[in-house]
Amino acid sequence: MNKQILSAILWMLSAAAQAETVFVTLEKDNALAVVDPIAGELIKTVEVGRRPRGIVISPDYKVLYIATSDDNIIKMIDTETMKEIGTLPSGDDPETFVLNPKGDTLYISNEDDSRVTVMDIAKLKVIKQVQVGVEPEGITVSPDSRWIVSASETTNMLHWIDAKTNIIVENTLVDARPRAVTFTPDSTMLWATSEMGSSLSIVDAGTKQIVKRITFEVQGVTKDKIQPVGVIIDKENKRGYVALGPANRVAVINAKTYEVEKYLLVGQRVWNLAFSPDQKRLYTTNGVSNDISIIDLDNLTVTKSLGVGNYPWGVAVKP
Amino acid sequence: MRSIKMLPRLAWIIFIIFQLVASTSLFAKGKQVIKIAYLTQTQKVRPVLSNLDPVIENKGVLGAELAIEDSNTTGEYTKQKFSLEKFIVPVDGNAVDTFNKQIAKKYAFVVTNLAHDVTNKVADIDAAKEALLFDAATIDDALRNKECRANVLHLLPSRAMRADALAQYMMKKRWTKWFLVIGNTKEDKLYAEAIKRSAKKFNMNIVQEKLWEHTFDARKSAQADVAVFTQLEDDYDVLVVADEQGQFGEYLDYRTWMPRPVIGTQGLVATSWHRTHEQWGATQIQNRFKEKTGRWMEEQDYGAYLAVRAIGEAATRTKSNELNPIKDYLLSDQFTLQGYKGTSLSFRPWDHQLRQPVLLVAPRSLVAVAPIEGFLHPKTELDTLGYDQPETGCQWSKEQ
Repeated sequence: MNKQILSAILWMLSAAAQAETVFVTLEKDNALAVVDPIAGELIKTVEVGRRPRGIVISPDYKVLYIATSDDNIIKMIDTETMKEIGTLPSGDDPETFVLNPKGDTLYISNEDDSRVTVMDIAKLKVIKQVQVGVEPEGITVSPDSRWIVSASETTNMLHWIDAKTNIIVENTLVDARPRAVTFTPDSTMLWATSEMGSSLSIVDAGTKQIVKRITFEVQGVTKDKIQPVGVIIDKENKRGYVALGPANRVAVINAKTYEVEKYLLVGQRVWNLAFSPDQKRLYTTNGVSNDISIIDLDNLTVTKSLGVGNYPWGVAVKP
Repeated sequence: MRSIKMLPRLAWIIFIIFQLVASTSLFAKGKQVIKIAYLTQTQKVRPVLSNLDPVIENKGVLGAELAIEDSNTTGEYTKQKFSLEKFIVPVDGNAVDTFNKQIAKKYAFVVTNLAHDVTNKVADIDAAKEALLFDAATIDDALRNKECRANVLHLLPSRAMRADALAQYMMKKRWTKWFLVIGNTKEDKLYAEAIKRSAKKFNMNIVQEKLWEHTFDARKSAQADVAVFTQLEDDYDVLVVADEQGQFGEYLDYRTWMPRPVIGTQGLVATSWHRTHEQWGATQIQNRFKEKTGRWMEEQDYGAYLAVRAIGEAATRTKSNELNPIKDYLLSDQFTLQGYKGTSLSFRPWDHQLRQPVLLVAPRSLVAVAPIEGFLHPKTELDTLGYDQPETGCQWSKEQ
């Protein structure tokens, strides 16, 4: 009996320690889904503005930045009260953006204007607009804050912007329609997905040259359905994960050998990815099946899918 | 060059200006130049049913121009420069002469926006054998089969691809009994042939076909005429109309004897591009095109856009401006073209047709995109549309 109580207490403690919240933008519902992934429940849905897509959480987890594309604005939402606490001018049709590790500068892709807008959040001031290739989409900042990399979909280029000067210093040509970019934790390598090229390019941040090109093959899925989009790498640089869009799979890639270890079947048109704070789980947004998938990373299995609303797009996690 | 230093300042400035004006290559200094010719012939304006839609005379060229801009953005970073020279042959002019005099030996890449027969006349010029033609206008199946040419690539979907796209949709909707109405032009007959081929391919039943022979100005009598015309002994699920010029097809909808949907060249239409298309980033190019030109992007604009983008993509990847490496790359497995269709586009090696999804559109909404889900193919589902490799009538590819 005592043992049972003890284990119950331990379970409650561990559950409390694991407590976390997943936020998912719902493009078609003009709303944000708030999910408890441990309980596997949709807690509530909050109105946020028209056509919310890109979502980023501040390093202190207090503020969510959400691009409401049809409002042409980035909204700031308090993660406790879920109330709007401010807005940032973003330029037309904001979709993807990223915060630097310090959390004081925002880099926004302006797809229609072929520009990256650099914004000082505290001063609400645009510091610079950097001209990049046609239709910039994916954007990331290296963990050492040295580089901003913007991927332009029609130009098929990765533009390396020096974070000190906000000037492009180098460009890397990758496969057709680059979508998402992310750095390894040590900032030495950049991973870039190409949606139409059906590939992942690994680029050396020193030479800016592609050192490895990874392609994907899923049995029973034709090549044109394999459209890599979201990409994410764990803190230990052990594995990277790539969302394969309409192939409905997440590819698990060994970050050392670059071998594809496994394909995990998730929801339809899997798009963006986020880790749990302890990196034991991966959350995926599935645009067509209107759900998120929860992946147990210890066992590399999909443990749950959870309906969240129409057109889940971006995902952010708070501990 | 010792003397340059000694030149007075004014002369020095004049010298620089002269260099800038006289030599456009100065601008491209250090850059590899990829020269593209755009060859079109002004068409006779055909009669239209109504004045609702303005007649657009520059379909095609604006798409090519936008693609040059897009390609040059990449070129900025890869030290390549793409240029477009336009050659417009008057209605009664001769495109072959224009090619021989102005394009031959000067341009390896030629985007053509020409009629069916003129396209092959140009392709058969000796000098055209040392060039690659990008046909951005025709939809003829013959040019992709018996009359195919090894130096021509086709950007727009053929009639067979369009008919297959419609057939897949009708099959999905279980509209299996078709009533085929055919206009009196040569093109209408070709469209009807494509529809009949699709009916056979997907095991659909054409319960009856009829020629539309009424006067074109049916404004006064359409109500009575169409009702009588569409009164058949056998029932049908859908009326399929073949009227490429749009001389009567618009009159059929809502006037049939039985309430039946109209599809084909009017009603639900199969096309490669339409203003209602906004998925897969299409909104971005629709916006860019409209901002640049002040009008919507038409199918020929899209065809010419894809043609120039294909050249751009191949030139970037091969780092070349020469015919053979670019042609080889375009026809290889590595070539993938981004065409705002949610899948990568490529050329079929057996007939040089660009494989691509086909949009099924109503005037104000995108209804479906073919290939329709469930139509499977061992290599790519895109090859469920049009002539697949085993069926091709293109001889040069069989000889290879």
